[in-house]
Amino acid sequence: MHVAYPVVLAALLFSVGVYGVLARRNAILVLMSVELMLNAVNLNLVTFDAYLHDALHGGQALTLFVIVIAAAEVGLGLAIVLLVFRNRQTIAVDALRELAEPEPAGVDR
Amino acid sequence: MTATALAAAATLVPFGAAVVGMLFGRRLPFGAAPIAVLGTAAATVLAILVAVDVAGASSSVWESSTQLTPTGMVPITLGVRVDSLSATVAVMVTVVALAVQVYSVGYLRGDQRYSSYAALISLFTAAMLTVVLANDLLVIYVGWEIMGICSYFLIGHYWEDPPTSAAAVKSFLMTRFGDVGFLFGIFVLGMAAGSFRLTDVLTAVPAMDPGTVLAGTLLLTAGIVGKSAQFPLHSWLPDAMAGPSPVSALIHAATMVASGAYVVARLYPAFEAAPATLNVIAVLAVISMLGSALAALATDDLKRVLAYSTISQLSVMFAALAVGGRTQAVGHLLSHAAFKALLFLCAGAVIHAVGSNLMADMGGLARAMPVTFVTMTVGFAALAGVPPTSGFFTKDAVVAAAFGSAAATAGLVAAGVLLTSLLTAAYATRAWLRTFFGAQPAGARPADGTAHEAAHEAVHEAPWIMLGPLVVLAVPALLLGFGALRLHELRPELGPAVLSVALAALGALAAYVGWRRDPAHEPATALGRLRPVFASAFGTDDLYERTVAAAVMRLARGVVGVDDQVVGRAVTGTGQGARRLGGVLRLTQNGNPQFYVTGVLAGVLLITVGVALLS
Repeated sequence: MHVAYPVVLAALLFSVGVYGVLARRNAILVLMSVELMLNAVNLNLVTFDAYLHDALHGGQALTLFVIVIAAAEVGLGLAIVLLVFRNRQTIAVDALRELAEPEPAGVDR
Repeated sequence: MTATALAAAATLVPFGAAVVGMLFGRRLPFGAAPIAVLGTAAATVLAILVAVDVAGASSSVWESSTQLTPTGMVPITLGVRVDSLSATVAVMVTVVALAVQVYSVGYLRGDQRYSSYAALISLFTAAMLTVVLANDLLVIYVGWEIMGICSYFLIGHYWEDPPTSAAAVKSFLMTRFGDVGFLFGIFVLGMAAGSFRLTDVLTAVPAMDPGTVLAGTLLLTAGIVGKSAQFPLHSWLPDAMAGPSPVSALIHAATMVASGAYVVARLYPAFEAAPATLNVIAVLAVISMLGSALAALATDDLKRVLAYSTISQLSVMFAALAVGGRTQAVGHLLSHAAFKALLFLCAGAVIHAVGSNLMADMGGLARAMPVTFVTMTVGFAALAGVPPTSGFFTKDAVVAAAFGSAAATAGLVAAGVLLTSLLTAAYATRAWLRTFFGAQPAGARPADGTAHEAAHEAVHEAPWIMLGPLVVLAVPALLLGFGALRLHELRPELGPAVLSVALAALGALAAYVGWRRDPAHEPATALGRLRPVFASAFGTDDLYERTVAAAVMRLARGVVGVDDQVVGRAVTGTGQGARRLGGVLRLTQNGNPQFYVTGVLAGVLLITVGVALLS
């Protein structure tokens, strides 16, 4: 099989993930999009591992690491989303603006 | 060797007392007074030992010094130079300082700032001894400046009172103004001689260019005029009377203001080599002595009378120096130190008792304060030049020197001193009569605000710790003149003596007649319309206020304007610009994480495209 197919597929998956992170308002969908991006990377790793005939199979090993980290990350992320929802009754990402620096008082702009 | 070591010790002991008093004065269990008094007493003993050494020895000058770190320029040495002049003046300084220290213990009893006051007096004594004994012009300048700053602090002792702190600032600025000239005069003479050592400078003077000597001495004269409160830098001294009376006695009568005359006497060969400078000094001295004597005649404040008379008597010293009478000038310096310190301390006792500086509130004190009355009478007699007090001998010697001199200004000086002795006798008599005779004015006891009868008894003699110094100082004020008979320059000559005594008697008589007509009345009212002119010292203060002070204020306002409009605008403008720029960047920080990630992605894309296109 030509290497281009899995690589293009991975690129498409990654683009879908980027679109989801940037455009979706629902925090759970954002997390899912992150998973998509991670899996696109996994696909690339596996593809090039096979394509380059890596003797140590570094790509496959790294893929395992990424899967573990992704699982942990989703666990944490979902917990945060759950708590945010409990506190605020919303998980719309663009409604959570606590990180913005408040306007300093008494400054003429 | 021993004389120089003793002299150095005499300078260092009061300095040590000042340091200890300043650091620990408030915490010592026995208070600050013993340290200050004992330090000054030790210095007095050392100075007397030096003087005895000098008097009993054959050589005339001792000098020892160490060179300070080489600067690569003209070397600066630290050391003492003892001769008969400096040894005598050192004794005078320490004796007056000791009297003032003892007197202050009583005068400032209960004053919360006594410890720093006593330490400053000790520091001042050390500085004055430095000026008197040092053998290097720059070290003399150091002592000269320390005296200036001590004077500033001590005038401002009661700084809570706004006029007092203004007077302190005024005296500091005016003397500082002259000191700039003094420093540059030292530079001129020192560079021309290739050394700042007194001996080297004085031996190099004959070989110097006359123009250099003239410039150097004229610049020195500026500092001397400022420090000694001569016209045109005289107006700080009457204001300096805002300080406590013992300070006036020590600084503004006996020592610091006399240091100007002392420095001229010390550098006399240099001044003799520049006759033009001596002529300038003579003219300034005659103007100051007559003007301030007239001012003393009109003013009502007892301490200001004494301040103006100080200016006038210092001018007599300068006049003597200007006509070649170095010994006569130093003699007058010593006798003036004795009787003027005495007068100020007496005035302090009187003011202490009455609670007012104005002679209008005094009168009839002779019975209530017998010791003060007798000692102050001695002081006034010496001031007026009544024989046989010390003032008679020395003032007469100045007149005789002016008569016998060949200087161009001799006639002017002789006339000026004679006229001054007339005026001096008049104002001394007036102050004496107004203070001690006549009726006590009613309701003039604001001290405790009690009823008049009770307050009448409130005027009482000062405590003995204050009277002791008065008695001790009255002895030299009365008898110093007989000691002067040993020197033939100071022996009275019949002609000038009769002339000056006759003029003094005339002045005293005029004042007495003026007072006799109506004892409750001010004799100075006889001056009529001239009185306010005299009392304001011919409006010099007003003139300076309108010209110098106004110009400086305008300049200062201009500087403030530049600071506000240019410097301040630049600083605030920079700040506001940075803030506005930051405001633009703040727009991107809106708290939406998706916006941030978009930014990151856009950056990555830009970099990727850039790398792809450029590589």
